[in-house]
Order: sequence, then C-alpha cells, then structure tokens
Amino acid sequence: MKPSLVVIGNGMAGMRTVEELLALAPDLYDITVFGAEPHGNYNRILLSPVLAGEKSVDDIMLNTRAWYEENGITLHAGDPVVHIDRKRRLVRARSGHEVRYDRLLLATGSKPFIIPVPGHELPGVLAFRDIADVEGMLEASRNHRHAVVIGGGLLGLEAANGLARQGMTVTVVHVTDALMNQQLDKPAAQLLQRALEARGLAFMLEAQTAEIVGPDRVTAVRFKDGTEIPADLVVMTAGVRPNVELAISAGLHCERAIVVDDTLQTYDPRVYAVGECVQHRRATFGLVAPIWEQAKVCAAHLAGNGHRRYVQQASPTRLKVTGIELYSVGNFIGGEGSEDLVLRDARRGVYKRLVLDGPCLVGAVLYGDVQDGPWYFDLIQRGADISALRHHLLFGPALAA
Amino acid sequence: MNLSQEHLSVATTCPYCGVGCGVKATPQGPQFATVAGDTAHPSNFGKLCVKGSALGETLGLEGRLLHPQVREEGKLRQASWDEALDRAAGQWRAIVDEHGPDAVALYVSGQLLTEDYYVANKLMKGYVGSANIDTNSRLCMSSAVAGHKRAFGEDLVPVNYDDLENADMIVLAGSNLAWCHPILFQRIMRAKEARPGLKLIVIDPRRTATCELADLHLPVKPGTDVWLFNGLLAYLSKSGAADPAFIANHTRGLDEALEAADISPEDVAQACKLPLDDVLAFYDAFAATAKVITGFSMGVNQSSAGTDKVNAIINCHLVTGRIGKPGMGPFSITGQPNAMGGREVGGLANMLAAHLDLDKPEHRAAVQEFWGSPRIADKPGLKAVDLFQAIESGKVKAVWVIATNPIVSLPDADQVRRALSKAELVIASDVVLGTDTNAYAHVLLPALAWGEKDGTVTNSERRISRQRTFLPAPGEARGDWKILCEFAQRLGYDGFDFAHQSEIFAEHARLSAWRNTPDALPRAFDIGTLAEIDRAGYDAMEPVQWPLGRRVFADQRFSFPDGRARFVPTAPRLPVNTAGGEYPLVLNTGRVRDQWHTMTRTGRAPKLAEHTPESFVDLHPQDALLCGVRDGELARISSQWGSMVARVRHGGGIARGSVFVPIHWNGQNASDARVGAVVNPVVDPVSGEPEFKHTPVMVDRFPVQWHGFVLSRTALELDQVAYWTRAQGAGFQRYEMAGRNRIADFGAWARELLGVHDEDADWLEYADRSAGVYRAVHIVDDRIAQCIFVSPRPDLPERAWLAGLFSNEALADAERAGVLAGRPLVQGADTGPTVCSCFGVGRNTICNAIRDQDLKTTAEVTACVKAGGNCGSCVPEIRQLLVLVREETAAAAAS
Repeated sequence: MKPSLVVIGNGMAGMRTVEELLALAPDLYDITVFGAEPHGNYNRILLSPVLAGEKSVDDIMLNTRAWYEENGITLHAGDPVVHIDRKRRLVRARSGHEVRYDRLLLATGSKPFIIPVPGHELPGVLAFRDIADVEGMLEASRNHRHAVVIGGGLLGLEAANGLARQGMTVTVVHVTDALMNQQLDKPAAQLLQRALEARGLAFMLEAQTAEIVGPDRVTAVRFKDGTEIPADLVVMTAGVRPNVELAISAGLHCERAIVVDDTLQTYDPRVYAVGECVQHRRATFGLVAPIWEQAKVCAAHLAGNGHRRYVQQASPTRLKVTGIELYSVGNFIGGEGSEDLVLRDARRGVYKRLVLDGPCLVGAVLYGDVQDGPWYFDLIQRGADISALRHHLLFGPALAA
Repeated sequence: MNLSQEHLSVATTCPYCGVGCGVKATPQGPQFATVAGDTAHPSNFGKLCVKGSALGETLGLEGRLLHPQVREEGKLRQASWDEALDRAAGQWRAIVDEHGPDAVALYVSGQLLTEDYYVANKLMKGYVGSANIDTNSRLCMSSAVAGHKRAFGEDLVPVNYDDLENADMIVLAGSNLAWCHPILFQRIMRAKEARPGLKLIVIDPRRTATCELADLHLPVKPGTDVWLFNGLLAYLSKSGAADPAFIANHTRGLDEALEAADISPEDVAQACKLPLDDVLAFYDAFAATAKVITGFSMGVNQSSAGTDKVNAIINCHLVTGRIGKPGMGPFSITGQPNAMGGREVGGLANMLAAHLDLDKPEHRAAVQEFWGSPRIADKPGLKAVDLFQAIESGKVKAVWVIATNPIVSLPDADQVRRALSKAELVIASDVVLGTDTNAYAHVLLPALAWGEKDGTVTNSERRISRQRTFLPAPGEARGDWKILCEFAQRLGYDGFDFAHQSEIFAEHARLSAWRNTPDALPRAFDIGTLAEIDRAGYDAMEPVQWPLGRRVFADQRFSFPDGRARFVPTAPRLPVNTAGGEYPLVLNTGRVRDQWHTMTRTGRAPKLAEHTPESFVDLHPQDALLCGVRDGELARISSQWGSMVARVRHGGGIARGSVFVPIHWNGQNASDARVGAVVNPVVDPVSGEPEFKHTPVMVDRFPVQWHGFVLSRTALELDQVAYWTRAQGAGFQRYEMAGRNRIADFGAWARELLGVHDEDADWLEYADRSAGVYRAVHIVDDRIAQCIFVSPRPDLPERAWLAGLFSNEALADAERAGVLAGRPLVQGADTGPTVCSCFGVGRNTICNAIRDQDLKTTAEVTACVKAGGNCGSCVPEIRQLLVLVREETAAAAAS
C-alpha cells in the first residue's frame, strides 16, 4: 500500500504542489484533497476579470474534477477539515469523514480581514476572495447602485474597477493618503488615482470608517468625521489574515502564520505547509510567484528529492485593470543610502522609478509603460551590477545592450 | 538692378575670405536668396566652400541694425539719420577743434568695399588731416605689405591663382589653406590629382587639415620660420640653385642677406625642432624645383618678426630668380574679401593712396593736388594696437569703428574694452545690433550688408570683382560710403558729393593713373583705363585683374627707382614673449573650418554651427595631463593680459608646448571665450602686425559642478551660468553650459532657466538626483520646444538626434519615448501587444512560437517562451491563440 498524502486546501498553492509532485513522482502517494469551496481548483487571481465581465468562471478553472480522477486523487470539495489528530495521523472533515495520513500538506490560504466596525455583518457587506464573493457582487450590481470599496490596495482597486464596469457608482475609501501604498510611491499613486478618476471612480483618502449603516441591509458608510456616503454594497478589501486556526488547534508552531523552514516543513516533520498560510522567516505571502516557488520546493521534499531550499525573492505586482499599466517590484521606497532614478511624462501618463542600493537595482515602480518590468525584475533577482548601465537603465534593455 | 525681377540671379562676390569667389545669388523674396558658385568667375569657376554655400542661410533681418541709434544716459535709443550724424559730426568737430586732427581716428575693415575704403581714407588723410585711419587688415596681412614694399618697392603680389596649377612644387607656410581658403586648396588638390608629381610641403606647427595632402609636413617650433628660410637661402646660394644673372641684374643686397642668414641645416633643424632629414628634404626639393610657389598667410604675418618672415621667404625666390614667371613666386594669401582693395586705396595708417607713400613729400603733394583737399596728413597715423592704447591714454578722444569688432579681434582685447569705455566719442557703423563693440558706441549707424551693398572688392590675385546688390536695403540702412560722405559734408568738406559708388570707383581709378609715368611717380598699380567708366559700365563690369594685361614683374623690373628688388637681411629673433615659468605654453590662434571672424554672419547658419559649435583649446594630451585638464572638460587659458574659458580638445595634432584656440567666439555667443583678451599686444616693429600666433599662457582646470546643454526654440538669458556658449541650430538655439552652483531642486531650476512657469506644461523629466543627472523636455503642441540635459561630467548625449526633432511637425510616440534618453529607442522586432505581462511576452512572439515549434498546449507555450509561467493570468489568452493559430494553419493548408 502506498503512503497517504492528505492536502488541506484545494486552492492554487495546494494544487500547484500536487502538480509539481505528480511531475516528480506520479505514483508515490495516495492523495486526498479537502477543499472548503464546492468547486474544482481555480485561478483566484483572475476573479477580477470575472468581476469586470472580461472572463467567465469557466475561463479561470485550473483543475476540473476530471483531472482529479485521471490522476487518482480523491477530492472532497465543500467539505473542510475541522480537526487534525497528529498523534493518530488523521484528519477529520466537517462531514465526519476521517483520513489517515503519512504526510500532511496544509494549504489553507488566508481569509479576508473584515474591519470589525459596527454593521460589518450586515447583508451587503462582502469581501473579495472567492467565487461566492464575486457572485454576490455581480448580484448586487444588478439591483443596486452605490458601491463602497474599503481599502485602496491592489484588490480593492480591482474590485472597484469591476463594479464600475458592472455599472455601479463606486467610491474607494482608503485610510492613508495614497493608493496602493504597499506597492507604489506617491507620484505613481497619484497618476493611478487620476487615471481611475477618469474612468469614473471616486476616492476618499485618509478616511477612517466608523460604521456601516443600515437597518437590515447596508445603506451607507459613516466616517469618523461624521460624514456619510450612501452604499448599497460594501466590499472590504483591507487585507487578508492567514488561516491558521486549524494549525494552532493541532499544536503546530505558528506566529503570524504557520512557521515553516526552508523545506516548507512545519515543526512536525510529517506536516508541510505552502501558500498564504505560511510564514517563512519573518515573511508571509500574497503574491503568486513565491508561492509557485514554494510549491516546487515542497513537492521536491514530498517526493523525497530533498535537496531544494526555498529562498525568498522579490516578486512583481501588477494591477489587473484593463488599460492601466502598473508594475511594482522589490523595495521601491528605498531607504538610508539608496538612490533613485525617476522618469516622468505626465502627459503620456508615464512614471518610472528605480531604486538602487549601491551597484544593484533593488526596486522598481512603473506606471503607464511597464514593458521593461520583467527586465528590471530579472536584474533585481540576479543582483546584477548595473553601474555601467545606470544612465541607460530607465530607457530599457535596448539602450543598455 | 530691378528688384521686381525676382528669380533673376545676380553675379556677385563672396564676402568671406581673400580668394574672392564669384557667387550667383537668386533672390527669393525680399529677405532671402539662394546662392551658387559663379561658373564664369575666374577665381573659383563655380566652386564654393561650405561657408560660401551656406550664404543663403545667413540672410534675413534677425539681429540687424536697421535704424540709427544714439546713446542717452547709458541707453541706446533710435534716432533719425540727421540727429545721429549731426551728433557724431558735431562732437567730432569739437574734438578736432580743441585737440587737433590726431585726436580722432577711424578704425575700419577689410570687409569694406573699395569705394567705402577710398572715401574713408580720403576723409581722414586729405580733409581731417590725420593718418589715424587703420584697419583690421593690420591684424591680417600688414606684414606682407611691409615685406613687399621692402623687397619690391611696392605692395605687389607676384602670383596668380592659375600659377598654382602650373607649379611643380607648392610650399605653404603658416597657412591652413584647406580650412581658410578652401577653394584655392581644392585647386591645388585637383592639380595634384591630375599631376601627382606636384609636390606640396606644409610648414605649420600644427598638423592641420592642409597637411592631409602634403608630401612633407614640417612642424616648426612656433616663431622659427626665419631660421628655416634663412637656412634655405644659405643652402640655395651654396647648392647651385642660385640665379647669378638675375641676382646681378635685378637685385641688391644679397651679401648682407646671406650674412644674416648664415646658418647650417643642422642648426636649422635644432632651432626649428625639426628632423634634419626633413629640413634637407625640403631644401633639396626647393633647390631642384624651378616652378615653386611659396604661399603664406597668417602663420607668417601674425608675428613680431612677421615682416622679416615675409622677406626671408621672398629672399629665397629672389636668389633663385623665381619670380615674375608662370608657376612660381612668393604668394601672400589674404584673409579678408577686400584686404587688397584696402591696400590699393591706401587705407592703412602708414600708407597714402593708390600705392603712394605717406612719407614722401612729392607723393603727398600729388595726392593733395588730385583731391584738391585742404590739407594732407604728413606723418603715419597710429596703427591698430597703438591706436587703442592712445584711446585709453586719452590722446585719441574719438574713434569711428566701421564694419569690425575690435573688442573681439584685437590682442589684449580687454584693453580695447577699457579704451572704448573711456573714449569721449565712439561711433560704430555695423550691420548687426548686438556686438561686443557696439555695446560701447555712443552713435550707432546702420550699414548695408552683403547682398544689399554694391561696389568692388579685390582678391588675393589682384582681381577686382563687383559685389552687387540683390536684396533691397532694409530699414534705414545705408552704404558705408554714403554714411561717410554725409558725415564729411556735415564737417563742411567738399569732395564728397558722389551720387553713386561708380563715381568713387572712377575717381579711385583716376588716382591710380595720376602722375603714374616712369619719370614721375611710377607704380604697378594702375587701373587708369577704368577711370572713364560710367554707371552702366560699372554695373556690367567683369572681374578684372591688374596690372591689366601683363604679369607682375614679368619684365623683371621692380618698383624701386633703380628697378631692382632688394634682399632684406633677416636676422632671426625669437618671439617677444617666450614661454616659461608661470606661462609655460604657447598660444596659437586661428580659424575653424566653418566660421568667419566674429561669427556675426556665419554664426547664423545652422549648417555651419555643426562642425564646431563651441570654442575649444586644443593641446597635446601630455600637456593636458600636466595642466590637470581632460578632454571634453573646460579649461581656463590665461596670459598676463587676460583669460578665457574653452572646452579641452585633443586631436588637432598639436605639438607639446603649444595650444590652439579659435578666434571666432565672443561675448555675443559665449560667456568667456574671447581669445583676443589673452593674446599679447606685441607687434612687428615694421608692420605693426600683432603677434597673434605666439602668446605665453597657462592652462588650468575650470572647475564646475555640472555640465549641460539646452536646445531651445527661444533665446535664453544665461548670465547666471558660469559657462555658456550659443550656437544657431535649425529652428533652435543650442547652448552648451556648465555651472558652479549646486542645484538643490533640478526641476524648479530647469523650469526657471527655460522660463516654463505653467504647472500644466507638457514637461517630461528624468532625474538621477544622487548622480546629479537631470534631463527635461518641454513640449508645446506636440512639438519639442526646449530640452535640457545636465550631468556632473561632460558625458551628455549627442545633440544631433535631438536637434533633428526640432524640424518635426509633431513628435512621434517613439521619438517622445526617446527624448529623455537623447537618442531613438531602438525597437526590436515587433513583438505585438503584451499578452504575458509577467515576462513581457507579446502576442506575435507567442503566435510565432506556436506556429514554428508546432506547440499544442499552454504548458508547451510556457516552456518555450515563458508566457503564462507565473501568475497564469494570460493562460486563457494563450489557449485562444493556440486555437487561432491552429485554425489559421489549417486554413492555409486547405487553400
């Protein structure tokens, strides 16, 4: 009998690990997958285009049920695991179904952070995380007019854009004075804001949400300064929290998330974790690139080819709003001793900023013209010495050749 | 001419160098004309150099002085001709009345037409009664004049241009003919092509463009030409090349000359710092070649031993009898278009008129009688350098500067500035308003420019050609002769009531024949046959060479009473100021290929600005190292007289110990590039010609914080910038700059400098603040309006591509993307719209891969071109593309 691998989480991280594992050792494990959502595995990143009406749910499916069957994988979709018994090496699902494991892979992902203001549980308050959220928003857009998106980060802007594309009047509420402050510097944020305003989005910056107002469904959002705006739909995109309850209850060591080593192993050698639920050194993860890398490393260890190590690398961010080109990677803010190169062409809507630390490129923000983003990303990843290219760097690889 | 007959071309003469090329100008409207070489003109047969070809670009009224101006409380204001001339003449008369005629002076120019020159000379010497009229020709060829007079008894150039084609050897001494007289150089070039045996030997401390064609280049130590030619004289007299019959029958003074020239080739090699073999090769070739021309120019003339250098050359032609025959002779090549015309009318402080002498009473009497003038100057006037020293000391109180710019062109030019600022009366006649000199004028008179004025000029081979009008007189500008005549009439002088310039020419021709008989006052200069010319004849006059119908010295008779030429003993002497100590380098000055004088005309032509857009100091890399200056950076060149700033350059083939700086730049187009301020004011004791080619200097770093340039459609005020120089571009001004200030906020600074105050202006910028690099481009209505590039080092992008954008009606997207790079962003193959933004993979790249590699799945596409390998967002699109390509391929196969 083959050893048993149980995967908790039927999302992108877990399934990518399984795919990588199958590629390395197709017949090593009996694999069982538990997923909370009642679907096959889909590309969560593409929920924005689905919301915007540019893609359908079918377009974004990664692994259909047939795929699981073909690969001999037992899938329990819509049946989340509620308990891990590490002594007996088994998991129990909500349905009561129990499966024994020799290796356990935690890929529980994260859950949206809902700001606990009064009214946050009212009908019409949604997150933007899964297919159900998207369906809720599409539903609201058909019957309602005013949408408020709380949180002007990457996800919030994509949600706001999607809702606007669905015909709603959208106001984005953001707590700091610049949009996407995790990914953009201020000049780029201002260009972005202007471009989105031109598309009909409204913004309230440095706005503190005090209460979501409504008798039985949301009707308005009230701020700390007392002002109020009408809202039929509130989408909370104020960040995510790693899903760690299950791991904690299983006695696995967690800090902000499930702590793993360079092999994606938790403190229990039989238990691995990948994706948004893990903490590697001090970092947690939200972007896809590092998670793909984790999947690769983790799969190698599960397959017994245990020589790979996970190394954190910068990953680029893009905004998936059609017509808006934005690319950000690495340490784009800079710090003590860092230098920057800036190019502005406001009329053409182009802003580029590269951050140098000594002879190396460490960060880039590109707005309006992101063509060279991957090249900068490559230079950052390689830690290339760009001293000789410095004066050409902002003009792309053609001049630097 | 009838100006309404547009598109009829007019035969005229180029206003630049002494070659005097014929030009056909075809007016295109009231201000412009196209120009082409005149195939019928015997000096150039239709050829023009780059400066001449660009004459059309220099027309137009921008910057022209169009109305008289008078200074009142320090400021110029427009005035009527009557007011301006009354004031000028009134003050002039008062000064003469109080301090005598020597308290006033004219300082004129080889740019003047012969008729203008004649009137100016007549006014000063015959009516004011002083010989205080000197000319910028003093700076150019007065040593040749003096040398000719000492050797021949008259200022005669015994060579014609076609002799160049008949010579078997041409020696060029101190002449960068390729750049300064390109058409003559081309004649030599063609002759040499047809006849490779024609030998060219170039004597020049610099390895100039002229050397490219040379069989032998002798890079003499600056100032040692006399040693070289003395050695040649000694060598020729010993080697059997001498012509004893000619020496015996037609010369005097060989023994004294040989005594002074007693130097061996070995000693010559040492004195001139030349390889002995090269010296001997030169001497042998000279001795062996009968048909030899020795052409010389400023490198010989502009020296404190300039006249001796000229005579040392002439001595070698006399000892061999190589003069007055086809294909041989000493050949002074003049710099200016009408230096020779000025000499004919006697427009120098030590000449009289029509080749008559100021110091001979019978000559003075003859001229006074011819003019019927109230008085005649009886002693030489002040030569250029002395004149301005006398102005500063207060001896001369009024000066009228005509068609020249002495604050730029004279040596110790800061002294000239001091002098003009002290003068009681400075009158300036000019065609442009803004010159360094005009800034000191009390009365400013607008003169006609080339194309508007009409008269004659004489070139280096004594050929008189017409300069003709082909453009209407602009504003209130008048011909120089007319201004002078009206001034003279205000002083109450008769003899100036000429109705037309042809009448002046006729009088000038008549004077050349006046008492010009063997038993009276014989001169070779005699154009008396033209004395009866009427206006129609004058208008139709073809180029004519004097002496009419014969070769100079063909009869081997020279202009001394005994008919013999004179050998002049030329004891070699070093330049007055020698290098050493604090000033270890020798400054040499000269022209660049595409500019003329102080650039008031050539500076307007974008085509001409491209070759050398800013002043430079060329020096040997080793010397640069010692001075701590680097190629492309700025340097201060200082002498004990003054200093200037210029860009450091190598590559002019400068020998160790020498530096070269061009003469053209001035306060109108650069912050601090007047080389005249550095040049020592020492002069040749005979000719009074300054030693422009030899000033001891030091070269120092000119430390700056930043280098930069601006291209701008509008002119800028750059007074706050430590270094700047301006060049005319096609549709823009180009400014090269450097600054000493630390710039805290580049953006604000650049907007201020370029005058862009509109917050919403279309303004592109690039900043690498910590590296001190800043670039910005200002776009107006999709056209580039201005751009500025700044860097701590002179490593700025090439200007050419940016400059070309100023001609575009609108910037293309690709051009706009490249402007801050300063160069086009080379696009690779068109990869199509981006599909995978993670890896920047375009649609075309993906489709080509699918087609060429026969890819079936998205995973294969990812493996092949990376697309889809990261976030996977584009995988659906890749899937579509797979289908699309499959369908296309199937369709193609089916058809």
